[in-house]
Parts: sequence; structure tokens; C-alpha cells
Amino acid sequence: MTSPVDLSLAELRDALKAKDVSSVEATQAYVSRIEAASDLNAFITPTADRALDMAKASDTKLGKGEGGSLEGVPLGIKDLFCTQGTLTTAGSHILDGFKPEYESTVSSHLWRDGAVMLGKLNMDEFAMGSSNETSFYGPVVNPWRRNGDDTKLTPGGSSGGSSASVAAHLCAGATATDTGGSIRQPASLTGTVGVKPTYGRCSRWGVVAFASSLDQAGPITRNVRDAAVMLKSMAGFDPKDSTSVDCPVPDYETALGRSLKGFKVGVPKEYRIDGMQDDIEDLWSQGIAWMKDAGAEIVDISLPLTKYALPVYYIVAPAEASSNLARYDGVKYGHRTSDSDDILSMYENTRAEGFGAEVKRRILIGTYVLSAGYYDAYYLRAQKVRKKIFDEFTNVFNDVDLILTPSAPSAAFGLGEKMADPVQMYLNDVFTVTANLAGLPGASVPAGLDKDGLPLGLQLIAKPFDEETMFTGMQAIENAAGFSARPTEWWT
Amino acid sequence: MSVDKETVRKVARLARIAEPEERLEPLAGELNGILGWIEQLNEVDVEGVEAMTSTVDMVLPLRKDQLQDGPTGGGQPTRVVANAPKTEDHFFVVPRVVE
Repeated sequence: MTSPVDLSLAELRDALKAKDVSSVEATQAYVSRIEAASDLNAFITPTADRALDMAKASDTKLGKGEGGSLEGVPLGIKDLFCTQGTLTTAGSHILDGFKPEYESTVSSHLWRDGAVMLGKLNMDEFAMGSSNETSFYGPVVNPWRRNGDDTKLTPGGSSGGSSASVAAHLCAGATATDTGGSIRQPASLTGTVGVKPTYGRCSRWGVVAFASSLDQAGPITRNVRDAAVMLKSMAGFDPKDSTSVDCPVPDYETALGRSLKGFKVGVPKEYRIDGMQDDIEDLWSQGIAWMKDAGAEIVDISLPLTKYALPVYYIVAPAEASSNLARYDGVKYGHRTSDSDDILSMYENTRAEGFGAEVKRRILIGTYVLSAGYYDAYYLRAQKVRKKIFDEFTNVFNDVDLILTPSAPSAAFGLGEKMADPVQMYLNDVFTVTANLAGLPGASVPAGLDKDGLPLGLQLIAKPFDEETMFTGMQAIENAAGFSARPTEWWT
Repeated sequence: MSVDKETVRKVARLARIAEPEERLEPLAGELNGILGWIEQLNEVDVEGVEAMTSTVDMVLPLRKDQLQDGPTGGGQPTRVVANAPKTEDHFFVVPRVVE
């Protein structure tokens, strides 16, 4: 029999229901793989004992023919989701020792449906980064390497622990979050599927806040069906998040079997940028041909404001972050300095010791653009350009059902390669950030390998709350690409 | 608009982050690099455009003004202070603020 870790999430779900394998067996197999993969640094806190307890409980339910849609399936949880009684760090030193007294809504949905928690996954500090190098716990290493080259590569960020652990089969699927591309870019760099749903689809309650008007949770999985299964469980209205939207969650798996016939797919010319890898441009053309073959009509579209999306993001996101991160003051939870004379130096030293360089940089930018005299010139102007970008998408979606673009401007790059210049690092999100600004669902699907043998993804963007059409398109890409490559297991 | 060392000092104080004297100049350089790149937004005509606050067209929901059940409810002082670095009788303890 194949090892349970080689089954996809949906296959494992079915095998558990059919009692071909027990949850304890599957969980134990994943726990062993996680222990052997410490070189990847994907987990901050593995929770093997809790996982096996949850697996036993699942097996009891499965034995009686009971259990939820994810009963007994072992998952990894990004360390941005608060998990009751389990250390939750957001990749930051300032949350040292923080064991939440409550469970995030999204993770509680997964436990409600029977999933098993393998542990908490590494990430960029407070989700601020595109390479996982800003984590206090050190960078995650991508399981993928260039052909004949053992340079350590980034798994992308900020959900790098999620993308790496899914690519290395350390879990059946993982939760992730996306503020500017933090689900889709790491998925693209690791040959995995990443889905950022519409803003408001998943509750943000209990997810450590970065930029509240942009943050959304979503899954990273091995294939499109797995993402459909996981998102169905994670999504849903939550009265505890006032931006959560009260509308029914469809069964996304049903959408996978649909035909793309009659759908229109837009191809925006502005996503062809200088400095993009040649093979990404080729892959994009290939993706357009696949969509056509699947019955879709291709429409050339224009989104002229695309180049302004990243600069808007780097005002709006730091502004919101500077406000959200004001809560880390050494009083209520986490790290407190031992070096202070009064309350002001207690605050200032706690935050200086607790935050890393990138987080401090963004708090300072955010504080500056919100400060008296600069608010109109930066923040207000950015919010107006954001409205124009939103309107541009709304207009385009009068004519098309989906938009097809590359997911990221490059394949995985070497750790340390882009840390010197923040703006170069920020450009990683050039194709993904627009969907966050406009609140739209977006997904990355692995579509091929570049000349060095590294995975590349294609992105689909859909209308608000039309994740179903997005899943139909994702399945068409997956079927056509036939992506089955796996990284060589150098880490065991 | 360009940020100088004194502006960084002021902003760091507003953000309650202690930055050592020798970091102020390099930080001014880093912030100017980012802000210079952001300046391109000045090319966009935003005359008469409404500033965007939400991507979803919805009215902020109101709940009944009553005690909630569960983790957002009351009567749980031990849990509220459970993660605090320093507490006394369910109070957060901070350095003296009133002489």
C-alpha cells in the first residue's frame, strides 16, 4: 500500500471514510516526516501529542461511521492563527510565550469538521515579507532546488512554512493568509495550489492582524480539489468579524467538474513587465492556449493602473499595520523589556527588542504617512487611487468572468538574494497585490517548470464571491498542465 | 518630500520604538528609498475620487447591546490576564505613571 502521506487531502479523506487507513496511522506518518525535515525549518511549533490525541478521537468517530468533512485529516496551521493553549507567535519575538485563550474562527471550523493539527507553521514576521526571511525563527527553506545546484532557495512568503510543508508532504494541507500575495506567491514558488478567497469570505477573528482591509485566510494544498475541500470548511459568516460577509458558502468541489465553455477569460497586457523571466511569459501564453482548448473565449483587456497597485499597497498596508501593531506594548501579552525606567521607555524598549527590522520599517512608514501634514498627500491619495483600481476591475468584469496572469515575476530565488533592497523584495507581489486592493478572489495553480527545474504558477482572478468560476478555471489549468513533478528529498 | 534624521526620530517616538542614534541616518535613507518609489502615485489624477475604505458594499452590522457568551463575553478575568508579563489580582502591572 502507498504511504498515507502520498495521498492527496481528498484521497486521504476518502481512504479514512472507507477505513483503508486510520487517522492515527496517517498522523504518525506525518509526525515522523516532520521530525525528519528539520532542515526545512517549516514548523515553529510541532504539536505531535495533540495531533495523535485528535487522531484517536477521529478514529473513534470514523469507526462509528460518523465524522465531519475533514475527519482525521492532518493539517498544518500558519502561526498567524490563534490556537487555544498552543504557542502562537506570528513569527515574532514580541509574541514570546503567547498561548491564546481562544481559537481563531477559521481553525475552529477545521476542528469542527474533524481535522487534526500537526503544528504551527513558520512565516515572515507578522506576515511582512515575500521570502520568509523576516521570521524571528529563521527562514523556511524551499524543498525545491535548481537542477544540479544545492543553493538554498526561498519557499516564498509570508506563508512559506505553509507552502514548503505542503510541497514536502509534511501535512495534507495548510492554512495560510494573504495580504498582498502571501498565499499565491509562495504557492507559485513551491508547485502548490494557493487560494485567496474574496475579502469577507473567511473570518479574520483570531487571526493576528496585519492590514485589516486586505488580510484574508485561505488554503495551500497539493491540488485544486484539496483547496476546494479546505476552503469550504474554512469559509463562512462569523458575527465576531464585522467585515465577514453573510452569504452561503457553495460546495466548491461541485464547481471542479464544470466546463469553461461560454466563459470569457481576460488577459491584461499590463501584466507583461520588464525583468520578468522569459519562461514565465511562455508559460502564460501556454495557459492562454489551455483556456482556449477548454472552451473559454480569450479577451484582451487593459488594466492601466496596475503599476500603481504596489505603491498604494505600501502606503495602505503599513498605515493599517502601524495601528494594528500598537497593541504590542509589553503589558497584555508577549515580550516585555527588562530595561526600563518609566512607562515610555518600557514601551519603546519592548518594541525595539520585540520587532524585527522589516516590521519596524513598516511601522515607521505607516506612522509617517498617517502623521499630521502627510495624511492627505500619502494616505488619502492612496485610498483614492485604490478606489480607481477597484473601479477598473469592476469595469473589466462587466466583460469577462476570469482574469489570467502569471502568479509571480520569478521562480524561487536564493535566500539572501533580495534582502538588501526592500523595493526589489516588494516587487514579488506585483501580480498578486491588485486582488487584495480590490478585495477579489485570486488563486495560483502550478503550471510548469522553468529552465532550472523550478515550479511556476499561473494566477486566476475572479469576480467578488465567485470562487466557483475560479475553481472551474483552476481545474482546467491543472488538467491541461498535468503538473506532477516533486522535489527530490534532499532534506531527509 | 524627503525624510531627514530628525523626522525619523520624531516618527520613531510617535511609534514608541526606541531607535539608537546611529540607526537614524540609515533609516532615513531606507524610508526615502521606499517613499521615493511611492511618489509615482502623484501621476494619477484623483480629482473628485472618493477615498476607499471597504471593498465590500455593506453597512457595518450592529449587534444587540448585551453580554456575549463565550470568549468575547465577560466574567473571565483570569483568562484575560493569563498571558500578561506582570499581573496582580487580575490587574495588569505597569511602571508607575502617576507620582
